[in-house]
Amino acid sequence: MKDTQAKKILLAHGGGGRLTNNLITNSILPKFSNEILAELEDAASLQLDSGSVCFTTDSYTVKPLFFNGGDIGKLAVCGTINDLAVAGAKPAALSFSLIIEEGFEIDVLDRILSSAAKASDQAEVPIVAGDTKVVEAGAADGIFINTAGVGTKLAGVNLSFGRIAPGDKIIINGSIGDHGMTIMSQREGIKFESQLKSDCASVAGLTCKILKTSAGVKFMRDPTRGGLAATLNEIANTSDCSVELCEADIPVNPTVQAAADMLGFDLLNVANEGKVVIVVDADAADDVLGICRGHPLGKRASIIGRIVESEDGPIVELITKIGGRRMVQMPYGRQLPRIC
Amino acid sequence: MLNRIYEAQRLMGAACEALGRQINIMEVCGTHTVSIFRNGIRTTLPERLKMLSGPGCPVCVTDQGYIDITLQLADRDDCIIATYGDMIRVPGKEGSLETRHKPNVKVVLSSEDALTLAKDNPEKTVVFIAVGFETTAPATAVAVAEAVQTGVDNFCVLSGHKLVVPAMEALLSEKNHKIDAFLCPGHVSVIIGSDAYIPVVERFRRPCVVAGFEPMQVIEGIGQICRQLAEKTAKVGSIYDAVVTPEGNTTAQRIISEYFQPVDGYWRGLGSIPNSTLKLKTKYSRFDALKRFGVDEVPGEDLSGCRCGEVLCGLIDPTECALFEAKCTPDGPVGPCMVSSEGACAAWYKYGRGQKRNS
Repeated sequence: MKDTQAKKILLAHGGGGRLTNNLITNSILPKFSNEILAELEDAASLQLDSGSVCFTTDSYTVKPLFFNGGDIGKLAVCGTINDLAVAGAKPAALSFSLIIEEGFEIDVLDRILSSAAKASDQAEVPIVAGDTKVVEAGAADGIFINTAGVGTKLAGVNLSFGRIAPGDKIIINGSIGDHGMTIMSQREGIKFESQLKSDCASVAGLTCKILKTSAGVKFMRDPTRGGLAATLNEIANTSDCSVELCEADIPVNPTVQAAADMLGFDLLNVANEGKVVIVVDADAADDVLGICRGHPLGKRASIIGRIVESEDGPIVELITKIGGRRMVQMPYGRQLPRIC
Repeated sequence: MLNRIYEAQRLMGAACEALGRQINIMEVCGTHTVSIFRNGIRTTLPERLKMLSGPGCPVCVTDQGYIDITLQLADRDDCIIATYGDMIRVPGKEGSLETRHKPNVKVVLSSEDALTLAKDNPEKTVVFIAVGFETTAPATAVAVAEAVQTGVDNFCVLSGHKLVVPAMEALLSEKNHKIDAFLCPGHVSVIIGSDAYIPVVERFRRPCVVAGFEPMQVIEGIGQICRQLAEKTAKVGSIYDAVVTPEGNTTAQRIISEYFQPVDGYWRGLGSIPNSTLKLKTKYSRFDALKRFGVDEVPGEDLSGCRCGEVLCGLIDPTECALFEAKCTPDGPVGPCMVSSEGACAAWYKYGRGQKRNS
């Protein structure tokens, strides 16, 4: 059988033989073209320009595979780049590994690979290694992707929970909940899903700019699964300080808020994919805010709260728009759509 | 906005002074409960003004006997159970729909989705787990109407729909109740109309004020209740006039009464309440899951140690239940008030811990 005729992934595409080779040569390499990958060695050789290397990995299983504002390919590239970025690194290279279910449409795979390639080009972080496995129909949900990334620590940058102290300000680079509500609304099929758009993006350009310009940044984290609530609780618990958030200052898109209200979600718990939470010395807060607002991914950046002394143990507390106070807890698992 | 908050707070303070004792206002609706906690409203109230969370979360008031029937039907290979998401985690006598891991349990967002499931699976009978108040009952009726019109015979409804006003009257009929007034639910009132509360006001002399779910509306609703309490009057009021009319949505009321009739029904914690539950009328009994499968609804025994019933009646705060936080959490709920995101215990757990006042 000629695989050039194949429209669907066959088990043989993962068997290590001619079909595997053709899939790599015809579908994957043209998308991710770069000199290092073209060598097709068992391991990529990289020239890194600093002694301190950051290394991370993440797996992507998002459903639906395509959503307004992105897809699993873009997400797999941006997500891992962002993990490096918030660690204070300049991302240098990625690996990109596929686990594909037998019968998966090759056209769909092409779209995912094109999107991943575009995200990698835009972020200027090449994909230099990869792997493809095919599993029997029913053994995976279409396609899963794993990416790993290496980056070099920016000179003089020291980000850690240990540096966080009362008085520090907390900045976010834009509106919260866009990614999670886009995915949820597409899953639930709510009527205004087309108005929602994931914020899926690589924030490395923004974080590198901030870190090169300001020495006042103490900690950064991308508030993905579990949203802002999970990130801030982690900051509070690990730094042994409390966090005071101001609801009125947290940027939210009205459509995202409406979708969250309709499905009964608290946006503080909803995932983001192009956001970064920055804990910064109070004296440097305005400078960092200015840098964010001058960047395409930070136009709606805002100082959303501050670090305070903890009284009876670290907590995250929200000052609501009407002046009330309430706790913001670590989200506790799966959220269920409400019924009325 | 601040001026409106100050005015409401002034009314609250004046009522506390005029009555010279603690004032207890019950919010009937679970969405109000969540709004009150999420916006930290309890922390802005005077010390002597207490909000009680009432029986307004449909999941929470559903009797365990009803849950046990859903589990029984889920065990049948010839059924698909179509349910709103919250219901899958409510524990019955033996596990919940979620812990049974049955592939025939499908979460739907509407009665229409349940009917579509029936059309797509003609070899199975789809049982729609129809819970909720007057807000969701019309949609269930519409699904039955469509099933009748399109001849979809493999669709039926396990109706647990409840009516709000009979529950309010039952609460006030209890000797040891602590309720001074009701903050009435916005969504339900859109359907039933604000005049529906006139019997509560006339018979029990308790102010009833309808409010929406925005924090300002809740605060102003509480303010308006306090004005009445200070003046020792009891009237039906509304700060949701834009959408709530005295007569309500008569089209929705008509469709409810075309397909359903009120019968005595079991409520968790409140027991049997006269004319408080909607069952399909006899002429639509072929769509009634109880009749189709020959199942009898019997009241369930309350779960051991769970005090959800007392919480729903406003008799205790969730923190007074020994299971709260210790054995009963949103991760591992014992009672229904911890399962639903609109349940009093879940709201208290999520937002209330750490709130120093009114808790």
